[in-house]
Amino acid sequence: MSEPVISLRGVRADLGSRPVLRGIDLTVSRGEVVALLGANGSGKSTAVRSVIGQVQTGAGEIELFGTPRRRFRDWHRVGYVPQRTTAAGGVPATVTEVVSSGRLSRARFGVLRKADREAVRRALELVGMADRAKDNVDALSGGQHQRVLIARALAAEPELLIMDEPMAGVDLASQEVLARTLRGQVEAGTTVLLVLHELGPLEPLIDRAVVLRDGCVVHDGPPPRAVGQHALPGHDHVHPHAPAGAEPIRTGLLS
Amino acid sequence: MEILDYAFMQRALLAAVLVGVTAPAVGIYLVQRRQALMGDGIGHVAMTGVGLGFLLSWSPVWMATLVSVLGAILMELIRWYGRTRGDIALAMLFYGGMAGGVMLINLAPTGSNANLTTYLFGSLSTVSKSDVTAICLLAAFVVLVTVGLRRQLFAVSQDEEFARVTGLPVRALNLLTAVTAAVTVTVAMRVVGLLLVSALMVVPVAAAQQLSRSFAATFAIAVAIGVTVTISGTVTSYYQDVPPGATIVLLTIGAFILLTALATPLARRRARAVAAAQGDGDPAECVIPPSRGSGGKVGV
Repeated sequence: MSEPVISLRGVRADLGSRPVLRGIDLTVSRGEVVALLGANGSGKSTAVRSVIGQVQTGAGEIELFGTPRRRFRDWHRVGYVPQRTTAAGGVPATVTEVVSSGRLSRARFGVLRKADREAVRRALELVGMADRAKDNVDALSGGQHQRVLIARALAAEPELLIMDEPMAGVDLASQEVLARTLRGQVEAGTTVLLVLHELGPLEPLIDRAVVLRDGCVVHDGPPPRAVGQHALPGHDHVHPHAPAGAEPIRTGLLS
Repeated sequence: MEILDYAFMQRALLAAVLVGVTAPAVGIYLVQRRQALMGDGIGHVAMTGVGLGFLLSWSPVWMATLVSVLGAILMELIRWYGRTRGDIALAMLFYGGMAGGVMLINLAPTGSNANLTTYLFGSLSTVSKSDVTAICLLAAFVVLVTVGLRRQLFAVSQDEEFARVTGLPVRALNLLTAVTAAVTVTVAMRVVGLLLVSALMVVPVAAAQQLSRSFAATFAIAVAIGVTVTISGTVTSYYQDVPPGATIVLLTIGAFILLTALATPLARRRARAVAAAQGDGDPAECVIPPSRGSGGKVGV
């Protein structure tokens, strides 16, 4: 087994007095594509946000590239796509301006050189948004916003991509672009951890699925393959590893 | 121009230009992070500083700078730790600051409400030489931060969570933004007054947005509007004998209305051009496909 890129051991986190993560273990090795699945409120977003330090953890160890997260400084090795419906702020900004933010982890003192601007342009080409480079992000559709957010993460040319629900609210055409972009990254050796509500069009790329329920890992292994009627959107997926009598794990559109 | 023969008007115009540059330069980041009213809050807190300055017979400008910087840092801390109760804590800070200012200035031997009024609404004739020195130094700091760190401040104001993952010192940059806003409030205090400072931070940015598609252009246009209205407002105030702060703010709002009126048809034309360029993309209205007309059953 190659070195772990992400390693969580016994991570606990609380929101107020409510425990959201109750001691989860998660390891992502180099080159792996791991999907974090689970119903709303299962703690999957909190888990990835604890990896990047956005959520304070109560206990447990988190390592990135073998370094404890608190001492981790090589942020240019990590590309992050937060769960957002928009890339816009309170002031107009062009697609290039937003994506350039992603390059700051490689730019010294915030000065973007020619190579940095090239990287931004390449990231925009990867998601098929190069022709909209000078447009205001406010003028984009939901799927295009998501493509911009992914380009922003790719601008630093990261070794690890962490994505929180990248397919949420994305139209079919953009879903295909995103799946293709991700495939290219995976073929180039990028490690990927993504939070998903359902496997959807990314299913063929995923090596391993980790399913969370109530802040605990209830499955860690090959992705549950949906077949026949089970593959229909809205189908409740009853997971074989779940304890008997437990609520079915709802991964469908209707949950 | 006879207006430039008077030393006090030279000082006032210099202060006005600096305010015109700095207020929108900081304001754009506040608007971007949707904290447009933060400048107003800092203005309230700064009143306590002015009152302290009178009471202790120190320079009100430097005292106001000190107090409003402390207030801005406190506001930022409340934002981190306050969560849901944050807005109530902020309200107490703002009104406590205002009440403290009124109280202190009345306790001061040299102070009166008339003095306070010149700080609340601005006054050109009372801008002293030492005020101008202070304003120049403070304005230099504001320009250095808002232009020199524009990429970092842009990233943090656009998406704090993402900025953290690029390794930027998010908390330090947030504090720096708050401190810079506080410094700008005291720069603008003598010209537009504490109660109207926030307008000059926000309205030029809002007006610039009517014309621009990019952050860089919004920044440049907002500063251009800021300088134009502060200079013309100061000159008008001199010739018409009207209060400078109110004149400048009304001119800024006038600029906003004018630019909105000019930009709306432009934006519509641009949208139509984009739609035409994309060919028969999405139709503007709902179209029912002919194959599934009325009476057609929706199958399962």
